[in-house]
Amino acid sequence: MAYSQKIIDHYTQPRNVGVLDKSSPNVGTGLVGAPECGDVMRLQIEVDAETKIIRDAKFKTFGCGSAIASSSVATEWLKGRTIDEALTISNMDIVEELSLPPVKIHCSVLAEDAIKSAINDYRVKNGLPPIEQAESVAVSAR
Amino acid sequence: MLKLPIFLDHNSTTPTDPRVLEAMLPYFTQHFGNAASRNHPFGWRAEEAVDYAREQIAVLVGADEREIIFTSGATESDNLAIKGVAEMYARKGNHIVTLTTEHKAVLDTCRALEKRGIKVTYVPVESDGLVDLQKLADAVTDKTILVSVMFANNEIGVIQPIKEISAIAHAKGALFMTDATQAVGKVPVDVEEYGIDLMAFTAHKMYGPKGVGALYVRRKNPRVKVTAQMDGGGHERGMRSGTLNVPGIVGFGKACEIAKNEMVDDAIRLSRLRDKLETELLKLPETVVNGNRERRLPHTTNISFKFVEGEGLMMGMKDVAVSSGSACTSASLEPSYVLKALGLSDELGHSSIRFGLGRFTTEEEIDYAIETTTRAVNQLRELSPLWEMHLEGVDISKIEWAHH
Repeated sequence: MAYSQKIIDHYTQPRNVGVLDKSSPNVGTGLVGAPECGDVMRLQIEVDAETKIIRDAKFKTFGCGSAIASSSVATEWLKGRTIDEALTISNMDIVEELSLPPVKIHCSVLAEDAIKSAINDYRVKNGLPPIEQAESVAVSAR
Repeated sequence: MLKLPIFLDHNSTTPTDPRVLEAMLPYFTQHFGNAASRNHPFGWRAEEAVDYAREQIAVLVGADEREIIFTSGATESDNLAIKGVAEMYARKGNHIVTLTTEHKAVLDTCRALEKRGIKVTYVPVESDGLVDLQKLADAVTDKTILVSVMFANNEIGVIQPIKEISAIAHAKGALFMTDATQAVGKVPVDVEEYGIDLMAFTAHKMYGPKGVGALYVRRKNPRVKVTAQMDGGGHERGMRSGTLNVPGIVGFGKACEIAKNEMVDDAIRLSRLRDKLETELLKLPETVVNGNRERRLPHTTNISFKFVEGEGLMMGMKDVAVSSGSACTSASLEPSYVLKALGLSDELGHSSIRFGLGRFTTEEEIDYAIETTTRAVNQLRELSPLWEMHLEGVDISKIEWAHH
């Protein structure tokens, strides 16, 4: 099975690799997946306290090329959206964008989980109730 | 000059040696007869070629040519041997002993037999991939009709103590069979020296064509019989019906003849290149070799690069064809069962890469593979949250990960 051009592009030149200060109240961190499953994604967002617009997003991913590309795409899409708008990003958008084959759909699911998990971390830090999400999120990320 | 991509996956298959192809070609168009046609020169010519190849193959493994049964490949040979023995010796017993690290062709055949009431014991291996002889001996009973242990493992290349294992089987009156697919043509395999009663092997792993394999079936001390699994014209002494693949068999024979002459020199050269590859890659931190490093095939190494996922790594090693114990493409997301059997964590299984060198591998290619792999591992570690945690001194095994 050959990789799509877009996967190769995001894999070879991943966007927004890095770390944000997770102790900052403006930063939300999502850590999802598990090493034994072969995928771990850490996705972080920095949110403007006034506008709730995501000013910056960073990721690091342990996983296959499709997992890396999925998280790279997710960070690109997050920047400039409000945290409520960001919640509308669905895994199927990523599947479509990267032309992921059926065996790689779980990579996009993980990226969606990472987005929701990062937003929840931000919400809880700022006294907002968490939104509901799937349970594939690391319980105690350190 | 270096030609890309580079093939370092010779445990999966090998290119056909040009000398083999040359020997085969006349048997497609000129000497195309059916080896079973007894009444005209076309058939005679084909039969003569098959007989000659059978001898070339027998010589390589120290067998008599009448003990070589042609099949479509090692999977069929494994099926014929195991199912054939289970049926033929059903009155003697109903128990088979094998290893947890066998190839699927053996494991799935055993599973199929379990559904028919045969008992199978899957003996575990130690952390270096080798079987503990005492554990194996303990598994063999008076009801055991067959002990089936692979000669060399396809994922990690470790070579089992075959002579000792066959002695254990014979002491309890069981037959000994080995899937020697990875070993024949790479290391000396002699059916007499090792006490082998049945042996599966195939041409395409030793620079021959795909689609042709053999089952060695001992004729003396003891005379072994297997029940045919394919009904038809009664070819191959009634053990395997079907028109013989004459060009394939000619190629198989030629591949064995070449291996006989060049195997030892190839092994010396390839183990030196393999060791160079391994030494250089082990300079990367948090990198380990899987399986016993003394008792293994000369051309194979299996390395885990911690905190990097194997499939992602292979994508970064573009132009170097290898394989990984990561099963990221399978629906189950389960990493290699062989590496798990060694006691490796799933995480290390996902991080493993198998390098398999071959007859045409050059030092220049190995240098390129070292450079490419090193670069890809370093790049992916920069991208890996696990590597970052490791550098910060976080114990990843202590994190409570949620599972899909």
